[in-house]
Amino acid sequence: MDSCNCIEPQWPPDDLLMKYQYISDFFIALAYFSIPLELIYFVKKSAVFPYRWVLVQFGAFIVLCGATHLINLWTFTMHTRTVAMVMTTAKVFTAVVSCATALMLVHIIPDLLSVKTRELFLKNKAAELDREMGLIRTQEETGRHVRMLTHEIRSTLDRHTILKTTLVELGRTLALEECALWMPTRTGLELQLSYTLRQQNPVGYTVPIHLPVINQVFSSSHAVKISPNCPVARIRPAGKYMPGEVVAVRVPLLHLSNFQINDWPELSTKRYALMVLMLPSDSARQWHVHELELVEVVADQVAVALSHAAILEESMRARDLLMEQNVALDLARREAETAIRARNDFLAVMNHEMRTPMHAIIALSSLLQETELTPEQRLMVETILKSSNLLSTLINDVLDLSRLEDGSLQLDLGTFNLFAVFREVLNLIKPIASVKKLHVSLNLAPDLPEYAIGDEKRLMQTILNVVGNAVKFSKEGSISITAIVAKSELLRDSRTPEFFPVPSDNHFYLRVQVKDSGVGISPQDIPKLFTKFAQTQSTATRNSGGSGLGLAICKRFVNLMEGHIWIESDGLGKGCTAIFMVKLGIPERLNEPKLPFMPKVPTNHGPTAFPGLKVLVMDENGVSRMVTKGLLVHLGCDVTMVSSSEECLHVVSHEHKVVFMDVCVPGMDGYEVAIRINEKFTKRHERPIIVALTGNTDKVTKENCMRVGMDGVILKPVSLDKMRSVLTELLEHRVLFEAI
Amino acid sequence: MDLVQLQRQFVDYRTSLYHEGFLDEQFTQLQELQDENNPDFVVEVVSLFFEDSERLLNELARALEQQSIDYKRIDAHVHQLKGSSSSIGAQRVQKVCIAFRNYCEEQNVEGCLKCLQQVRHEYSLVKTKLESLFQVRLPCRREIFFLSKMVLP
Repeated sequence: MDSCNCIEPQWPPDDLLMKYQYISDFFIALAYFSIPLELIYFVKKSAVFPYRWVLVQFGAFIVLCGATHLINLWTFTMHTRTVAMVMTTAKVFTAVVSCATALMLVHIIPDLLSVKTRELFLKNKAAELDREMGLIRTQEETGRHVRMLTHEIRSTLDRHTILKTTLVELGRTLALEECALWMPTRTGLELQLSYTLRQQNPVGYTVPIHLPVINQVFSSSHAVKISPNCPVARIRPAGKYMPGEVVAVRVPLLHLSNFQINDWPELSTKRYALMVLMLPSDSARQWHVHELELVEVVADQVAVALSHAAILEESMRARDLLMEQNVALDLARREAETAIRARNDFLAVMNHEMRTPMHAIIALSSLLQETELTPEQRLMVETILKSSNLLSTLINDVLDLSRLEDGSLQLDLGTFNLFAVFREVLNLIKPIASVKKLHVSLNLAPDLPEYAIGDEKRLMQTILNVVGNAVKFSKEGSISITAIVAKSELLRDSRTPEFFPVPSDNHFYLRVQVKDSGVGISPQDIPKLFTKFAQTQSTATRNSGGSGLGLAICKRFVNLMEGHIWIESDGLGKGCTAIFMVKLGIPERLNEPKLPFMPKVPTNHGPTAFPGLKVLVMDENGVSRMVTKGLLVHLGCDVTMVSSSEECLHVVSHEHKVVFMDVCVPGMDGYEVAIRINEKFTKRHERPIIVALTGNTDKVTKENCMRVGMDGVILKPVSLDKMRSVLTELLEHRVLFEAI
Repeated sequence: MDLVQLQRQFVDYRTSLYHEGFLDEQFTQLQELQDENNPDFVVEVVSLFFEDSERLLNELARALEQQSIDYKRIDAHVHQLKGSSSSIGAQRVQKVCIAFRNYCEEQNVEGCLKCLQQVRHEYSLVKTKLESLFQVRLPCRREIFFLSKMVLP
């Protein structure tokens, strides 16, 4: 034995066990070295491996373990101490690393395990999602079917088509064996089989409406599974096989009245129809929830479509009715128009036809009155006149009134002199009033405009009527007529609350009050005054004649003039006051140049401008002759008048300084006269100046005058100043050619 | 009523006649010719005008009723009427006469008849106005009617 520091193995190396250990150690080492290599290879290959450094650690552990076993191979034989040292180091390292690894694995293995659990969880989730997808797809299919069905149903507005289409489409979508619709009868006590899918002509089965199964279906808005044996489901002859499941759903039948304002729609409707759907027999199919939902939706849609159809039917019916009514109205209107035209024609004809003879009678009677008559005859003629005047008034009144009622009367608006109207009334009334010894007074307010715009004739008629009534019903006393411009306080009269006049810038309200001290009117008669044909019962009025239309017409005229008329009386015997207000326009301010030429104070040219000048005037027209003479006389001339050419030639002498002759009369040859005068007076200074008076100064006339030797032409009408200046010019220069 | 008021009324009424075109400056001229030597000049002229016009209107009516209308005669009458009315200043009558003469020239019967009617109308209007002005009164239908209706039992 040498002291080589070798360590002897404990067992002899040739032992069999040792040999097996040796081989095992060798393979273990091999394996231990190849495992990291494999690990490295696969890790490098994989993209994701979160624990790389763990791998390193593990690798180290394995490598060291391998190293240990490898080194162990040398310890089977005699080995040096160095080997033993290396072995020990390796073992120590291995121990450290393996402990560290063990410690680390405590952390890592739960993580790795949880990864696995997560993986399992995700797989489950995926399976679930798959299932849901399947469901959604089914639902979408259903939705598509519903939409298509709805589209089909709503594409028509015909009731039957709607229902038929519903059944067909449902049958197709759900692959039904049979689909039927039961509608409530008119009485509402039974359900009648109205439509089926397969059978072409349902035989008209009826079923009482108050069966429990039907009530059950009607009371729920969902589709309800019912037994195939109940009456509503026994549509087809029972087959040998098991009938498929049956479902029934209610279809509300909505009316127009259900679509009221607040609720949409009000489902307190009582009427339902019943839709029964049967799955094919022997198919072992079940009603799925989504199919039931489809059926419910369709039922609702059908309800809506039916209500639309109903509304449409109603509106079509209403339209037809309206058309009929329109035709009838049109006919009625045409008839009315024909009637109105006939009446107008009648009135027009009667108007003319009645007035002509009336006019003749009145005119001739009044002429007759002027002739010599015996008292008897006079009385007769007066009676004729009176009666015919009454009749004429009556005709006028009736015709006027009918036109007023028609609304066809329109005011003739124009500018007129308001004062003149009143004065004319006064002038007309005065003779009669003085015969009756009534005193009539007229008061026009100072601010009353002189001119107004309105219907003069009708205003006069109204005033005349009112004043005439005052005169008629007064036996003695006085009548006062007052006209003022109504101011705003007066406008709102307590007695006429419904009359609200509004004055404006270019209108004013004329208020006329006629007060008389006559017989008066009793209060109960006052409302009747303005109604046509109504007369008071008192004898006084009865005798005075008249048709009672006067005031009615006045009222209408006053209304046309946007005014109001009323009568007040304190009672019988106390006289009465008639007041009316009418709206009149104010004319625009007159332009100054339009004002007439106001006669000036006679100028001091003196009337004797041409004292004693002898002048001859020849004019066929009496009036203009007189006017010319007047002119010349005013200027102091001594005028001789002749009316014909012969007379002129006869009378003219050298004393006449000027001869005025009118040459605008056709046929009268003033020119001839001029020529003859010229012939007569050969000496120029003896010849009178010849001046033509003419209405036109065209060239022809002037030329003619010049040709015949006239000295001048004056255009008529001749004013005083013109005549004066003409004479002055003539006498100065002996010629004047033209004076316009 | 006192004199001043009467005069004012008269003037007002007369002014209105000018405004409405019934009378024109010629009428004013006539009034100027009236003086102490000739106090009733205007009234005389106006009366003469009335007489003349009535006569002429009747003649015209008669002439237009004939089977064969003598337009020359009608023209002559209308000319006279025109002359008279222009002398007195009855403007509106004069205007219608001018239109009348045109229709005469055209020998248009309807036009003539229409104008005759218009002339009559205008004449009666101006007559009424002048009457009121001068209180020259000729009884008219309305007054007879009133008298009969109101006064007699």
